[in-house]
Amino acid sequence: MSEPRGILDSPEEKSRGRGASVSLSDLEKSYAGVAAVAGVSLDIRSGEFLTLLGPSGSGKTTTLMMIAGFQAPTSGDITIDGASVVATPPYRRNIGMVFQNYALFPHLTVAENIGFPLKQRGVSKQERTRLVGEALELVHLPGYGGRYPDQLSGGQQQRVALARAIVFKPRLLLMDEPLGALDKQLRENLQLEMRRLHAELSITFILVTHDQDEALTMSDRIAVMNDGSVAQVGRPEDLYDRPCNRFVAGFIGESNFLPAAVRGVESDVVVAECDGVLMRAVSSVRPASGTKVTLATRPERLRFADRPVESGLGVNRMSVTVSEAVFAGERCRYLLKTEGGTSMVLKEASSAAVRRRAVGERVEIAWSVADTIVV
Amino acid sequence: MSVPTTILPSRLVRGSREWGAWKRALPKLTPLLLAAPLLAYMVVFYAVPVVLMLLRSLNDPNWSLDHYVGLPGDTVFLRTFWITLSTSFVVTLSTLVLGYPVALALSRARSSAPLILILILLPLWTSVLVRSYAWMVLLGRHGLINEALLALGLLERPTRLLNTTLATEIAMTHILLPYMILPIANALRQVDPSLARAAAGLGATPWGIFRQVILPQSMPGVAAGVLLVFVLALGSYITPALVGDSREITLSMLIAQQVDQLNWAYAASLSAVLLATALGLIAVAQRLPGVGNAFRMNLR
Repeated sequence: MSEPRGILDSPEEKSRGRGASVSLSDLEKSYAGVAAVAGVSLDIRSGEFLTLLGPSGSGKTTTLMMIAGFQAPTSGDITIDGASVVATPPYRRNIGMVFQNYALFPHLTVAENIGFPLKQRGVSKQERTRLVGEALELVHLPGYGGRYPDQLSGGQQQRVALARAIVFKPRLLLMDEPLGALDKQLRENLQLEMRRLHAELSITFILVTHDQDEALTMSDRIAVMNDGSVAQVGRPEDLYDRPCNRFVAGFIGESNFLPAAVRGVESDVVVAECDGVLMRAVSSVRPASGTKVTLATRPERLRFADRPVESGLGVNRMSVTVSEAVFAGERCRYLLKTEGGTSMVLKEASSAAVRRRAVGERVEIAWSVADTIVV
Repeated sequence: MSVPTTILPSRLVRGSREWGAWKRALPKLTPLLLAAPLLAYMVVFYAVPVVLMLLRSLNDPNWSLDHYVGLPGDTVFLRTFWITLSTSFVVTLSTLVLGYPVALALSRARSSAPLILILILLPLWTSVLVRSYAWMVLLGRHGLINEALLALGLLERPTRLLNTTLATEIAMTHILLPYMILPIANALRQVDPSLARAAAGLGATPWGIFRQVILPQSMPGVAAGVLLVFVLALGSYITPALVGDSREITLSMLIAQQVDQLNWAYAASLSAVLLATALGLIAVAQRLPGVGNAFRMNLR
């Protein structure tokens, strides 16, 4: 480094884009013949905040470990900025990494921990001190440099781990369940911090989590993983509003699933019959008449429709019986039974002005066709 | 814990205030009660003899510090003490150099760990006497090592290996090696494996990871091993007596010699010096950070 440079970029550095682009092609990893990752192909853009979201055992962490270089793929390729890194050992990949258990060096002070990657790169002591100070400012821990990790709270330790992972200006930051061990409030706090850091650093972030809220609030795009492969990739709102299959619809948010039979297709809307009622749903595919499909809707998008105010093509209606009513503060949650016996959940924003439904009451519910998806 | 009421004073009936006091006190006393048999044994068979021995160095034939006052000017003692310390130092250093890599292998091993552990412990289950005799066979004038060196043409005639200080050092290194390996392996095993990963991800080479992450965190184990081996080497008698140089004797051999000649008081004062040296080293080591923890053996 010839001139003093900070962790944050100068404006022209920023406009050039510092984030690495990562490309996974047909990535596979199997242990003793069992595939943990079974053919993942994914393009992560420069400067993007991408989350690998999935249940445990879905292969998300294994995928991350292969990008970091801690595990070698059984087959397939990983390129960073167009160059394959499969043969590159982790210490030459220049990737920042944050672990769930923080992985701070217990025998080093906070400043020495953060200075560790700089030391490996031969940065002078003076320069190191300056950058460590800047990193501590970035994670809001100035003055903590002289402490040891075991003198910090969990949230502070994770901030130090973050500082250590970005201080050497990597172009890619990997995070493996970084907030998993923290309590809810702290987690939400750090989620905002990490979004802010992502905006300030303009480098590529890849986050692994099983927490859908975390994924939805933080990511530019989410790759939902299941059984070792990517089920769907998209922006949070795309995944929430247009899940491509039942797994995604059930894993991200809550969904009602109605079994139905296709009766016809009108332009981009599928008409299907469920318990003798005709419904309309948006679909990316055009199933043939008679095909058995599942319609998915979100509980908070259903509403009680006592008066037949709105009807017509834009709305689906159904008559149901209330089988359970739970008041949960900001919202009421109703468990409903259709005439065919399918259970549905309806969430209504609570208000003292709204009459609460009694168990056993027969009610009409309605929801928008745009909120009904064939999965 | 219930106490049969019949053997207790009549006031101590269930529900009474005294009964309550007993019930509260018992849990606190439990550790002491559990340790009591061994404690009694140690007092009778160890603490009392040690005190008697120390007294002997002070009151034989009459109360004086003569046996200690003479030591700094006693060339035999000084020479012996120096040999004891230097031999212990060499043995400690060689067990450390030989033992650390084994400890590292043991801590890294997965399926082969029990096998490595057994190979380390096996010599411990063999008598020191037998192992010292084995070294006599190996190091003798017509022993395996001399014969091998002759056969290879590295020597023209057998060299004196047995009954040298080098022989003591070689044999004691072998005998004390497990005491170095086990505490170090234990310390290494407690190093979080994700730290090595984190270090690699942050740009540390494999050697850099060892030097900056693994080695510093194993230091409490190293300190414990060094202390253990050094103290054991200070007091060892059988091995130096069998394979060592009869003119370059260690403190323990000198003590035995003096006892043979019925110089009880002099032998007692030498024993006191040996004991004080060992205790002093332990006291210093306990003050080093983390060493106290390293004594908690954790052999899963």
